Amino acid sequence: MNPIRRNRLIAVLFLLAGVGVTTALVLTALNENINLFYPPDAIVAGEAPVGARIRAGGMVKEGSVEHADDRLAVRFVISDLAGADVPVVYEGMLPDLFREGQGVLCTGRLGADGVFVAEEVLAKHDENYMPPELGAMHKKPA
Amino acid sequence: MASLKEWWHRLGSPRTFYAIAQRAGPWFTGLGVAAIVVALTWGLAFAPPDYQQGNSFRIMYLHVPTAILAQSVYMMLGAAGLVLLVWRMKLADMVIVAAAPFGMSMTALALVTGAIWGKPTWGAWWVWDARTTSMLVQLFLYFGLIALRQAIPREETAGRACAILAVVGTVNIPIIKYSVDWWLTLHQPSTFTLTAAPSMPPEMYLPLLVSVLGFYALFAGLVFARTSNVILDRERSTAWVRALVREQTS
Repeated sequence: MNPIRRNRLIAVLFLLAGVGVTTALVLTALNENINLFYPPDAIVAGEAPVGARIRAGGMVKEGSVEHADDRLAVRFVISDLAGADVPVVYEGMLPDLFREGQGVLCTGRLGADGVFVAEEVLAKHDENYMPPELGAMHKKPA
Repeated sequence: MASLKEWWHRLGSPRTFYAIAQRAGPWFTGLGVAAIVVALTWGLAFAPPDYQQGNSFRIMYLHVPTAILAQSVYMMLGAAGLVLLVWRMKLADMVIVAAAPFGMSMTALALVTGAIWGKPTWGAWWVWDARTTSMLVQLFLYFGLIALRQAIPREETAGRACAILAVVGTVNIPIIKYSVDWWLTLHQPSTFTLTAAPSMPPEMYLPLLVSVLGFYALFAGLVFARTSNVILDRERSTAWVRALVREQTS
Protein backbone atom coordinates (compact mmCIF):
# COMPACT_ATOMS: atom_id res chain seq x y z
CA MET A 1 0.00 0.00 0.00
CA ASN A 2 1.45 3.35 -0.92
CA PRO A 3 2.14 5.82 1.89
CA ILE A 4 -0.63 8.26 0.92
CA ARG A 5 -3.27 5.56 1.05
CA ARG A 6 -1.84 4.17 4.25
CA ASN A 7 -2.09 7.59 5.87
CA ARG A 8 -5.67 7.99 4.70
CA LEU A 9 -6.50 4.55 6.05
CA ILE A 10 -4.95 5.41 9.42
CA ALA A 11 -6.88 8.71 9.49
CA VAL A 12 -10.20 6.96 8.78
CA LEU A 13 -9.51 4.26 11.37
CA PHE A 14 -8.64 6.94 13.95
CA LEU A 15 -11.88 8.73 13.16
CA LEU A 16 -13.84 5.49 13.56
CA ALA A 17 -12.04 4.58 16.80
CA GLY A 18 -12.63 8.10 18.17
CA VAL A 19 -16.33 8.05 17.43
CA GLY A 20 -16.56 4.48 18.73
CA VAL A 21 -14.88 5.30 22.05
CA THR A 22 -16.97 8.47 22.48
CA THR A 23 -20.18 6.55 21.87
CA ALA A 24 -19.10 3.78 24.23
CA LEU A 25 -18.35 6.31 27.00
CA VAL A 26 -21.66 8.12 26.52
CA LEU A 27 -23.61 4.86 26.56
CA THR A 28 -21.76 3.66 29.66
CA ALA A 29 -22.52 6.94 31.42
CA LEU A 30 -26.19 6.72 30.44
CA ASN A 31 -26.38 3.00 31.20
CA GLU A 32 -29.00 3.36 33.94
CA ASN A 33 -31.25 5.50 31.76
CA ILE A 34 -31.10 3.21 28.75
CA ASN A 35 -32.51 0.25 30.68
CA LEU A 36 -36.18 0.21 29.88
CA PHE A 37 -37.34 -1.06 33.26
CA TYR A 38 -36.33 -1.86 36.83
CA PRO A 39 -35.93 -5.59 37.49
CA PRO A 40 -37.52 -6.94 40.72
CA ASP A 41 -34.22 -7.14 42.62
CA ALA A 42 -33.50 -3.44 42.02
CA ILE A 43 -36.98 -2.54 43.33
CA VAL A 44 -36.60 -4.75 46.41
CA ALA A 45 -33.17 -3.22 47.04
CA GLY A 46 -34.76 0.25 47.02
CA GLU A 47 -33.01 1.48 43.87
CA ALA A 48 -36.27 2.47 42.20
CA PRO A 49 -37.76 5.88 43.16
CA VAL A 50 -40.99 5.73 45.17
CA GLY A 51 -43.94 7.66 43.71
CA ALA A 52 -42.31 8.46 40.35
CA ARG A 53 -43.64 7.03 37.10
CA ILE A 54 -41.37 4.09 36.33
CA ARG A 55 -41.45 0.73 34.60
CA ALA A 56 -41.01 -2.56 36.38
CA GLY A 57 -40.35 -5.80 34.55
CA GLY A 58 -40.16 -9.43 35.57
CA MET A 59 -41.80 -12.81 35.34
CA VAL A 60 -45.37 -13.26 36.57
CA LYS A 61 -44.96 -15.61 39.51
CA GLU A 62 -46.77 -18.95 39.16
CA GLY A 63 -49.93 -19.03 41.23
CA SER A 64 -49.82 -15.34 42.13
CA VAL A 65 -52.52 -13.97 39.78
CA GLU A 66 -55.78 -13.06 41.55
CA HIS A 67 -58.63 -11.59 39.51
CA ALA A 68 -61.40 -9.61 41.18
CA ASP A 69 -64.86 -11.16 40.72
CA ASP A 70 -66.74 -8.09 39.53
CA ARG A 71 -64.09 -5.77 38.06
CA LEU A 72 -61.04 -5.88 35.79
CA ALA A 73 -58.81 -5.46 38.82
CA VAL A 74 -56.01 -7.96 39.15
CA ARG A 75 -53.12 -8.51 41.55
CA PHE A 76 -50.03 -10.49 40.78
CA VAL A 77 -46.39 -10.75 41.76
CA ILE A 78 -43.51 -10.10 39.43
CA SER A 79 -40.39 -12.02 40.25
CA ASP A 80 -36.85 -12.50 38.94
CA LEU A 81 -37.22 -16.20 39.91
CA ALA A 82 -34.23 -15.69 42.22
CA GLY A 83 -36.00 -14.54 45.36
CA ALA A 84 -36.90 -10.92 44.60
CA ASP A 85 -40.68 -10.44 44.38
CA VAL A 86 -42.70 -7.27 43.80
CA PRO A 87 -46.51 -7.27 44.27
CA VAL A 88 -48.42 -5.44 41.52
CA VAL A 89 -51.99 -4.19 41.38
CA TYR A 90 -53.61 -3.25 38.08
CA GLU A 91 -57.03 -2.45 36.76
CA GLY A 92 -57.61 -2.74 33.02
CA MET A 93 -57.18 -4.98 30.02
CA LEU A 94 -54.30 -7.42 30.11
CA PRO A 95 -52.45 -8.31 26.88
CA ASP A 96 -53.25 -11.70 25.30
CA LEU A 97 -49.83 -13.06 26.17
CA PHE A 98 -50.21 -12.23 29.87
CA ARG A 99 -49.98 -15.49 31.79
CA GLU A 100 -48.19 -16.98 34.76
CA GLY A 101 -44.56 -17.75 34.08
CA GLN A 102 -44.35 -15.18 31.26
CA GLY A 103 -42.43 -11.90 31.31
CA VAL A 104 -44.35 -8.63 31.73
CA LEU A 105 -43.50 -4.94 31.71
CA CYS A 106 -45.60 -2.72 33.99
CA THR A 107 -45.70 1.07 33.82
CA GLY A 108 -46.87 2.79 36.98
CA ARG A 109 -45.79 3.98 40.41
CA LEU A 110 -44.17 2.21 43.30
CA GLY A 111 -46.00 2.90 46.55
CA ALA A 112 -44.29 3.46 49.90
CA ASP A 113 -45.72 0.09 50.99
CA GLY A 114 -43.72 -1.65 48.25
CA VAL A 115 -46.79 -2.38 46.11
CA PHE A 116 -46.46 -1.37 42.47
CA VAL A 117 -49.59 0.32 41.10
CA ALA A 118 -49.58 -0.32 37.37
CA GLU A 119 -51.32 1.89 34.79
CA GLU A 120 -50.28 -0.23 31.82
CA VAL A 121 -49.16 -3.85 31.51
CA LEU A 122 -47.27 -5.08 28.42
CA ALA A 123 -46.31 -8.69 27.73
CA LYS A 124 -42.69 -9.57 27.06
CA HIS A 125 -42.27 -12.67 24.95
CA ASP A 126 -39.05 -14.64 24.85
CA GLU A 127 -36.85 -15.81 21.99
CA ASN A 128 -38.15 -19.42 22.07
CA TYR A 129 -40.57 -20.52 19.42
CA MET A 130 -42.21 -23.92 19.00
CA PRO A 131 -45.35 -25.54 17.61
CA PRO A 132 -48.30 -25.92 20.02
CA GLU A 133 -47.84 -29.71 20.48
CA LEU A 134 -44.23 -29.25 21.58
CA GLY A 135 -45.20 -26.27 23.70
CA ALA A 136 -47.66 -28.42 25.66
CA MET A 137 -44.90 -30.94 26.32
CA HIS A 138 -42.44 -28.31 27.54
CA LYS A 139 -44.65 -26.42 29.92
CA LYS A 140 -41.63 -24.44 30.96
CA PRO A 141 -39.22 -23.85 28.06
CA ALA A 142 -35.61 -23.52 29.14
CA MET B 1 -0.72 -10.82 -4.88
CA ALA B 2 -0.23 -9.00 -8.18
CA SER B 3 -3.26 -10.73 -9.67
CA LEU B 4 -5.43 -9.84 -6.68
CA LYS B 5 -4.37 -6.22 -7.03
CA GLU B 6 -5.10 -6.31 -10.73
CA TRP B 7 -8.53 -7.83 -10.08
CA TRP B 8 -9.24 -5.10 -7.50
CA HIS B 9 -8.35 -2.36 -9.98
CA ARG B 10 -10.33 -3.99 -12.76
CA LEU B 11 -13.40 -4.34 -10.54
CA GLY B 12 -13.09 -0.68 -9.64
CA SER B 13 -13.47 0.30 -13.27
CA PRO B 14 -17.10 1.29 -13.90
CA ARG B 15 -17.00 -0.29 -17.35
CA THR B 16 -16.00 -3.75 -16.03
CA PHE B 17 -18.46 -3.48 -13.16
CA TYR B 18 -21.21 -2.50 -15.59
CA ALA B 19 -20.56 -5.62 -17.68
CA ILE B 20 -20.60 -7.87 -14.59
CA ALA B 21 -23.72 -6.16 -13.22
CA GLN B 22 -25.59 -6.53 -16.50
CA ARG B 23 -24.87 -10.23 -16.59
CA ALA B 24 -25.30 -11.14 -12.91
CA GLY B 25 -27.97 -8.62 -11.80
CA PRO B 26 -31.09 -10.22 -13.31
CA TRP B 27 -30.12 -13.64 -11.93
CA PHE B 28 -29.83 -12.32 -8.40
CA THR B 29 -33.09 -10.37 -8.68
CA GLY B 30 -34.95 -13.39 -10.09
CA LEU B 31 -33.52 -15.75 -7.51
CA GLY B 32 -34.29 -13.30 -4.72
CA VAL B 33 -37.91 -12.74 -5.72
CA ALA B 34 -38.45 -16.50 -6.16
CA ALA B 35 -36.92 -17.28 -2.76
CA ILE B 36 -38.96 -14.58 -1.02
CA VAL B 37 -42.22 -15.83 -2.61
CA VAL B 38 -41.42 -19.43 -1.58
CA ALA B 39 -40.36 -18.42 1.94
CA LEU B 40 -43.37 -16.20 2.60
CA THR B 41 -45.84 -18.80 1.30
CA TRP B 42 -44.12 -21.46 3.38
CA GLY B 43 -43.84 -19.32 6.47
CA LEU B 44 -47.26 -17.68 6.33
CA ALA B 45 -49.32 -20.71 5.29
CA PHE B 46 -47.48 -23.92 6.13
CA ALA B 47 -45.17 -23.40 9.12
CA PRO B 48 -46.81 -24.36 12.43
CA PRO B 49 -48.15 -21.60 14.71
CA ASP B 50 -46.21 -20.71 17.83
CA TYR B 51 -47.30 -22.25 21.16
CA GLN B 52 -47.51 -18.82 22.83
CA GLN B 53 -48.01 -16.25 20.09
CA GLY B 54 -50.17 -18.30 17.71
CA ASN B 55 -50.16 -16.90 14.20
CA SER B 56 -48.84 -13.44 14.98
CA PHE B 57 -45.26 -14.74 15.15
CA ARG B 58 -45.42 -15.28 11.37
CA ILE B 59 -44.59 -11.65 10.71
CA MET B 60 -41.03 -12.59 11.62
CA TYR B 61 -40.65 -14.00 8.10
CA LEU B 62 -40.69 -10.37 6.97
CA HIS B 63 -39.43 -8.65 10.12
CA VAL B 64 -36.22 -10.62 10.64
CA PRO B 65 -34.86 -10.45 7.04
CA THR B 66 -35.61 -6.74 6.71
CA ALA B 67 -33.94 -6.02 10.05
CA ILE B 68 -30.88 -8.09 9.07
CA LEU B 69 -30.66 -6.36 5.69
CA ALA B 70 -31.02 -2.92 7.28
CA GLN B 71 -27.79 -3.60 9.15
CA SER B 72 -25.94 -5.54 6.43
CA VAL B 73 -26.60 -2.82 3.86
CA TYR B 74 -25.22 -0.21 6.24
CA MET B 75 -22.10 -2.34 6.85
CA MET B 76 -21.63 -2.46 3.10
CA LEU B 77 -22.05 1.31 2.85
CA GLY B 78 -19.42 1.69 5.56
CA ALA B 79 -17.02 -0.60 3.68
CA ALA B 80 -17.67 1.29 0.44
CA GLY B 81 -17.09 4.55 2.30
CA LEU B 82 -13.73 3.26 3.53
CA VAL B 83 -12.77 2.25 -0.03
CA LEU B 84 -13.77 5.66 -1.33
CA LEU B 85 -11.85 7.56 1.35
CA VAL B 86 -8.66 5.47 1.14
CA TRP B 87 -8.51 4.39 -2.52
CA ARG B 88 -10.65 7.18 -4.05
CA MET B 89 -12.46 4.59 -6.11
CA LYS B 90 -15.35 6.29 -7.94
CA LEU B 91 -17.30 3.05 -8.09
CA ALA B 92 -17.56 2.92 -4.27
CA ASP B 93 -19.39 6.25 -4.32
CA MET B 94 -21.75 4.97 -7.00
CA VAL B 95 -22.53 1.87 -4.94
CA ILE B 96 -23.31 4.04 -1.89
CA VAL B 97 -25.73 6.13 -3.97
CA ALA B 98 -27.32 2.97 -5.38
CA ALA B 99 -27.64 0.99 -2.13
CA ALA B 100 -28.66 3.64 0.44
CA PRO B 101 -32.37 3.84 -0.54
CA PHE B 102 -32.67 0.05 -0.34
CA GLY B 103 -31.19 0.04 3.15
CA MET B 104 -33.50 2.84 4.18
CA SER B 105 -36.53 0.90 2.91
CA MET B 106 -35.44 -2.21 4.79
CA THR B 107 -35.01 -0.23 8.02
CA ALA B 108 -38.44 1.35 7.63
CA LEU B 109 -40.00 -2.04 6.88
CA ALA B 110 -38.32 -3.61 9.91
CA LEU B 111 -39.71 -0.83 12.13
CA VAL B 112 -43.22 -1.07 10.66
CA THR B 113 -43.39 -4.88 10.83
CA GLY B 114 -41.98 -4.68 14.36
CA ALA B 115 -44.78 -2.31 15.36
CA ILE B 116 -47.39 -4.58 13.78
CA TRP B 117 -45.87 -7.51 15.68
CA GLY B 118 -45.62 -5.52 18.89
CA LYS B 119 -49.30 -4.57 19.09
CA PRO B 120 -50.72 -8.12 19.45
CA THR B 121 -47.82 -9.61 21.43
CA TRP B 122 -46.52 -6.85 23.70
CA GLY B 123 -49.71 -4.81 23.70
CA ALA B 124 -48.01 -1.66 22.32
CA TRP B 125 -47.06 -0.43 18.85
CA TRP B 126 -43.92 1.22 20.08
CA VAL B 127 -41.74 1.16 23.18
CA TRP B 128 -38.63 3.28 23.63
CA ASP B 129 -36.31 0.44 24.50
CA ALA B 130 -32.68 0.18 23.40
CA ARG B 131 -33.37 -2.07 20.40
CA THR B 132 -36.22 -0.09 18.87
CA THR B 133 -34.54 3.25 19.56
CA SER B 134 -31.18 2.22 18.05
CA MET B 135 -33.06 0.93 15.00
CA LEU B 136 -34.81 4.30 14.70
CA VAL B 137 -31.39 5.98 14.85
CA GLN B 138 -30.39 3.69 12.00
CA LEU B 139 -33.31 4.96 9.92
CA PHE B 140 -32.22 8.55 10.59
CA LEU B 141 -28.66 7.65 9.53
CA TYR B 142 -30.04 6.50 6.19
CA PHE B 143 -32.13 9.70 5.89
CA GLY B 144 -29.03 11.73 6.72
CA LEU B 145 -26.90 9.92 4.17
CA ILE B 146 -29.41 10.45 1.36
CA ALA B 147 -30.11 14.06 2.33
CA LEU B 148 -26.41 14.92 2.69
CA ARG B 149 -25.78 13.52 -0.77
CA GLN B 150 -28.42 15.78 -2.27
CA ALA B 151 -27.47 18.84 -0.22
CA ILE B 152 -23.95 19.14 -1.62
CA PRO B 153 -23.92 20.08 -5.29
CA ARG B 154 -20.30 19.11 -6.05
CA GLU B 155 -20.17 15.40 -6.79
CA GLU B 156 -16.76 14.69 -5.29
CA THR B 157 -17.34 16.63 -2.06
CA ALA B 158 -20.77 15.06 -1.61
CA GLY B 159 -19.28 11.60 -2.13
CA ARG B 160 -16.59 12.14 0.48
CA ALA B 161 -18.98 13.63 3.03
CA CYS B 162 -21.32 10.67 2.58
CA ALA B 163 -18.42 8.23 2.86
CA ILE B 164 -17.40 9.74 6.21
CA LEU B 165 -20.99 9.55 7.48
CA ALA B 166 -21.25 5.95 6.26
CA VAL B 167 -18.03 4.92 8.03
CA VAL B 168 -18.88 6.75 11.27
CA GLY B 169 -22.46 5.43 11.25
CA THR B 170 -21.27 1.82 11.46
CA VAL B 171 -20.73 2.50 15.18
CA ASN B 172 -24.50 2.06 15.56
CA ILE B 173 -24.44 -1.50 14.19
CA PRO B 174 -22.97 -3.25 17.26
CA ILE B 175 -25.29 -1.12 19.41
CA ILE B 176 -28.33 -2.48 17.57
CA LYS B 177 -26.96 -6.01 17.62
CA TYR B 178 -26.08 -6.13 21.32
CA SER B 179 -28.75 -3.72 22.65
CA VAL B 180 -30.84 -6.68 23.85
CA ASP B 181 -27.87 -8.11 25.78
CA TRP B 182 -26.35 -4.92 27.19
CA TRP B 183 -29.55 -3.35 28.49
CA LEU B 184 -32.93 -4.41 29.78
CA THR B 185 -35.30 -4.20 26.82
CA LEU B 186 -38.81 -5.31 25.95
CA HIS B 187 -37.51 -6.75 22.69
CA GLN B 188 -36.49 -10.38 23.18
CA PRO B 189 -32.84 -11.47 22.72
CA SER B 190 -31.68 -13.23 19.55
CA THR B 191 -33.10 -16.67 18.75
CA PHE B 192 -30.12 -17.42 16.54
CA THR B 193 -26.57 -17.23 17.84
CA LEU B 194 -23.31 -18.66 16.56
CA THR B 195 -22.67 -20.52 19.79
CA ALA B 196 -25.94 -22.34 20.54
CA ALA B 197 -28.58 -24.30 18.66
CA PRO B 198 -31.51 -22.09 17.60
CA SER B 199 -34.38 -22.12 20.07
CA MET B 200 -36.81 -22.79 17.24
CA PRO B 201 -37.53 -26.03 15.37
CA PRO B 202 -36.45 -26.49 11.70
CA GLU B 203 -40.00 -26.33 10.34
CA MET B 204 -40.08 -22.76 11.65
CA TYR B 205 -36.55 -21.59 10.91
CA LEU B 206 -36.08 -23.08 7.42
CA PRO B 207 -38.59 -20.69 5.78
CA LEU B 208 -36.92 -17.88 7.72
CA LEU B 209 -33.50 -18.89 6.37
CA VAL B 210 -34.85 -18.99 2.79
CA SER B 211 -36.44 -15.58 3.32
CA VAL B 212 -33.17 -14.06 4.60
CA LEU B 213 -31.19 -15.52 1.66
CA GLY B 214 -33.89 -14.27 -0.73
CA PHE B 215 -33.65 -10.72 0.62
CA TYR B 216 -29.84 -10.81 0.28
CA ALA B 217 -30.15 -11.99 -3.34
CA LEU B 218 -32.77 -9.32 -4.09
CA PHE B 219 -30.47 -6.72 -2.57
CA ALA B 220 -27.54 -7.88 -4.74
CA GLY B 221 -29.71 -7.83 -7.86
CA LEU B 222 -31.14 -4.37 -7.17
CA VAL B 223 -27.75 -2.90 -6.29
CA PHE B 224 -26.31 -4.25 -9.55
CA ALA B 225 -29.23 -2.72 -11.48
CA ARG B 226 -29.18 0.63 -9.68
CA THR B 227 -25.39 0.94 -9.82
CA SER B 228 -25.56 0.25 -13.58
CA ASN B 229 -27.89 3.23 -13.95
CA VAL B 230 -25.63 5.47 -11.88
CA ILE B 231 -22.63 4.36 -13.98
CA LEU B 232 -24.41 5.19 -17.25
CA ASP B 233 -25.44 8.59 -15.88
CA ARG B 234 -22.05 9.59 -14.52
CA GLU B 235 -19.99 8.15 -17.37
CA ARG B 236 -22.30 9.42 -20.10
CA SER B 237 -19.57 11.48 -21.74
CA THR B 238 -17.11 8.59 -22.03
CA ALA B 239 -16.52 6.82 -25.32
CA TRP B 240 -17.73 3.41 -24.12
CA VAL B 241 -21.08 4.65 -22.85
CA ARG B 242 -21.62 6.65 -26.07
CA ALA B 243 -20.80 3.54 -28.10
CA LEU B 244 -23.16 1.46 -25.94
CA VAL B 245 -26.00 3.95 -26.38
CA ARG B 246 -25.41 4.07 -30.16
CA GLU B 247 -25.41 0.30 -30.29
CA GLN B 248 -28.66 -0.04 -28.33
CA THR B 249 -30.59 2.73 -30.06
CA SER B 250 -29.62 1.94 -33.64
